[in-house]
Amino acid sequence: MSGHGLKPPVGPSDHVEGPADAPVTLVEYGDYQCPYCGEAYPIVKQVQKKLGAKLRFVFRNFPLAEAHPFATGAAEMAEAAGLQDKFWQMHDMLYEHQDALDPDSLVEHARHLHLDMAKLKTTLGSSAVAEHVRSDFMSGVRSGVNGTPSFFVNGVRFDGNWTDADEFAAALEAVANAV
Amino acid sequence: MALAAGTPAPDFKLQVTPDQAVSLADFRGKPLILAFYPADWSPVCGDQMALYNEVLPEFRKFGAEILGISVDGVWCHLAFAKDRKLHFPLLADFEPKGGVAQKFGAYDNANGICERALFVLDGDGVIRWSYVSPIAINPGADGILEALEGLAGKGAH
Repeated sequence: MSGHGLKPPVGPSDHVEGPADAPVTLVEYGDYQCPYCGEAYPIVKQVQKKLGAKLRFVFRNFPLAEAHPFATGAAEMAEAAGLQDKFWQMHDMLYEHQDALDPDSLVEHARHLHLDMAKLKTTLGSSAVAEHVRSDFMSGVRSGVNGTPSFFVNGVRFDGNWTDADEFAAALEAVANAV
Repeated sequence: MALAAGTPAPDFKLQVTPDQAVSLADFRGKPLILAFYPADWSPVCGDQMALYNEVLPEFRKFGAEILGISVDGVWCHLAFAKDRKLHFPLLADFEPKGGVAQKFGAYDNANGICERALFVLDGDGVIRWSYVSPIAINPGADGILEALEGLAGKGAH
């Protein structure tokens, strides 16, 4: 479809890095077990560095559960870590250890980040994190996500090239300058 | 040009496994999504069929079924569906090649493959929405869901 727009817009339930008043908001729909998202991870880091305060980065979950059996568990772990204010630490940990996303490894990652394990167990046992992940997924479907990773720049799906950090950053700079 | 909304869908009968065929008439009474696509085995995880596989529960909420259609043969479809764990049928528009896609105006003659064309049919087999995406761009599922909502809304009146 043409004119894919982000639904809903970035809000209080989102995980955000960067200033709220940044001229460019980059939203990624990603899957922790997807190799292409793994490729995108260091590129996004570089782009964040290049754009600095001009960029606000948001991550939403889009686990392709049928293709990637550990993707949903990993997404729920990141959300659970988020409830202990460690979403981004867990997000980074997962993308830096994409070969270790099985349930035992996830617990190891949680220990490594010094999460409160009792609280974590309660959180993962409740339906709240699962609902958050599912709601991210459906918002992605409604927004026109067609694979992972999918990026949205200021609410519009980005169909350009993200695989080259310089090119990606230049595209975002152009948006920043046009605002 | 792909067949537009308001057109009755041309009937068809295509193999889904070596010994089983399905026809359009089998799906009367419920919304049906036809997703023509170029080929099995596209080398990305979030490919079109994989995405529909994930969104399947949402389609089913509308009572809808989905059929993937390409010119690949039944054995190819079976291997692909198994590898990607697809939970909906893939139809082989194999002989005559692309014959059904042509009837729907969804065939790329130059390349001998189906276009990325989507059709949403109502329970009477009438096309209620259609969309052709550029061949390299997976059209996603948002348009399908909006079309199904439109159908459901109509049914409620």
